[in-house]
Amino acid sequence: MRDALGRVRTAAVFGGNSDIAVAIVRALAAQGLKRAVLAVRDPHSAPGAEALRSETTLDVATIAFDADATDTHPRAVDAVFEALAASDLDVAVVAFGVLGDEDAKHDPAAAVRLAHTNFTGAVSVLTILGERLAEQGHGAIVVLSSVAGERARQANYPYGATKAGLDAFAQGLGDALASRGVHVLVARPGFVHTKMTAGRPAAPLSTDADRVGRDVVAALAKQRHTVWSPGVLRFVFAVMRHLPRPLWRRLRD
Amino acid sequence: MRGVLARGLGRAYGDAAQNGGGRVLDMTAFDAIRAFDDHHGRITVDAGASIAAIAARTLPRGWFPAVVPGTRWVTVGGAIAADVHGKNHHGDGGFADHVSAFELVTPQGERRTVTRHTDRQAWAATVGGMGLSGVIASATLELTAVRSPVVREELARTADLDELLVRMSRDDRAHHYSVAWVDCAHVSARGILMQGDHADAPGAPAAVPPPRLRAPRWAPGNLLGRATVRAFDALWFHLKPRVRRSDRVALASFFWPLDGVQGWNRLYGARGLVQHQCVVPHGREDALHAILASARAARIAPTLAVLKRLGPATENAPLSFPIAGWTLALDLPAGASGLARLLDGWDELVAAAGGRVYLAKDARMRAETLTAMYPALDRWRAARAACDPQRVMRSDLGRRLELTP
Repeated sequence: MRDALGRVRTAAVFGGNSDIAVAIVRALAAQGLKRAVLAVRDPHSAPGAEALRSETTLDVATIAFDADATDTHPRAVDAVFEALAASDLDVAVVAFGVLGDEDAKHDPAAAVRLAHTNFTGAVSVLTILGERLAEQGHGAIVVLSSVAGERARQANYPYGATKAGLDAFAQGLGDALASRGVHVLVARPGFVHTKMTAGRPAAPLSTDADRVGRDVVAALAKQRHTVWSPGVLRFVFAVMRHLPRPLWRRLRD
Repeated sequence: MRGVLARGLGRAYGDAAQNGGGRVLDMTAFDAIRAFDDHHGRITVDAGASIAAIAARTLPRGWFPAVVPGTRWVTVGGAIAADVHGKNHHGDGGFADHVSAFELVTPQGERRTVTRHTDRQAWAATVGGMGLSGVIASATLELTAVRSPVVREELARTADLDELLVRMSRDDRAHHYSVAWVDCAHVSARGILMQGDHADAPGAPAAVPPPRLRAPRWAPGNLLGRATVRAFDALWFHLKPRVRRSDRVALASFFWPLDGVQGWNRLYGARGLVQHQCVVPHGREDALHAILASARAARIAPTLAVLKRLGPATENAPLSFPIAGWTLALDLPAGASGLARLLDGWDELVAAAGGRVYLAKDARMRAETLTAMYPALDRWRAARAACDPQRVMRSDLGRRLELTP
């Protein structure tokens, strides 16, 4: 149950080894989170869970989850609720995703794989979660979008397009569930130094996972619909979005 | 299974009358006055009847509810479920002390007539039980005889908290009603002691006037910030005379000052307010000092602070709030930064002093703290389980504080 000061007791993460998701849970733990369930590919080897157990006093559970196997998603969401025992799910974080590589621009199979994980898989989990939280009558869903979805760049447009689709889906879901007590927060981080981006050249205004985690948790407490991290990106992209295409095209990376 | 909960007029400060995803019964339609015995001063009403409606009916005949809380917009069902208290707790006890019987409909489909002697288990589960034992359908209340709708009020400024505590301890028994306002923005915690008794005033109109002021629907979130509160408190303190004796004030303005501004809570803006109301036993006045000092240290100014001396606890009501001691109620803007940590600290101070927080006012306490504050919690849980073994009665407050695990 979310309290009057915006604090929550339980959280679940789909894509529980995501550095950003772990940072969000860490920031929630600092405000009194009691239990977290991480849905990960291999529940017996989850570095995210290990990190949280060693750094916090949280009760951390893991369950098996394959983002690509959408037919297994209803069962995985059930498992999350079982791991919470009698408690409600206060915050769900949908954090899984892959960056894709140059292959995705040339190999149709790779492009489809990227779209399937980042968009189709997320749409599947969000649809199930939305209904479960609406039945519960309360709860929040954090959807990890990206500034890359705000306007696709030629450097990573397959990734950007999946996030653009996910972002749009999450906004619509949030509006559809608002009257049923469910709050959907779309998080749009910029370049974050994580294992997903390791080795890539950092973009300007880059940030780290813990900063994003704190920004997301602050936005959750205020029941915002969108959070940019760092916050200034909102204004940067308000301009970027309207750059003429010939100019935008020159921003190669 | 999200369960069922009865809701009255929704004046609890937190999530006591909410049930996310479940059913909520709006009891305010069940507001009939079934029987009024103006010879003995006894009234039987359906649980959705408000204190306002009861007072309007009984005052012209010389009777007044024996205990009224700080707003008249509460239902009798809610008043029993929260075991509310008034400015006369030091002498008269709490609301339930003047309830001779009530009817409880349990999820099992029973309609039980409960008195403090005949069904002690249902009494223990329901009085102060926050609506989790069943649905209160009706109640019979004992009234107080009054000679007029006017209260003779005595006001006195106090220089600091200690003076206030001494005066309340010394003078309370001489007055039917006693309560104090504390200026938290001032370093001394000076205050104004307000004591009153029902007065003779032949010919005074017995009707309670409707509220004249209405708060705007929208207010900026920082309207009640530290500077505004400090200025208001200083003004309020100095506007009151140093000592004023025997002033006759209308009953409504004495008992229900906040009812005078409809929707006053909107003045806090979109993020709203929280109230922290605790009680600490006599001898632990140090906890009151510590609470006020930590608010100043955190640079958070309570917008309203009310102090009251409570009498003995309601008998056989393990989850009822009042215990003999001092109750301090502090209103705070929910958006104040650092508030969560400050209030957690107060909970710890209160629990360590052998006190407790009032559940009808709470919106943010943690389940872990609750057991230390209500040592008879398990006895309440057992009594509640006997009324509702299937755990049909649920509330958001119950979930948050794990009242019915």
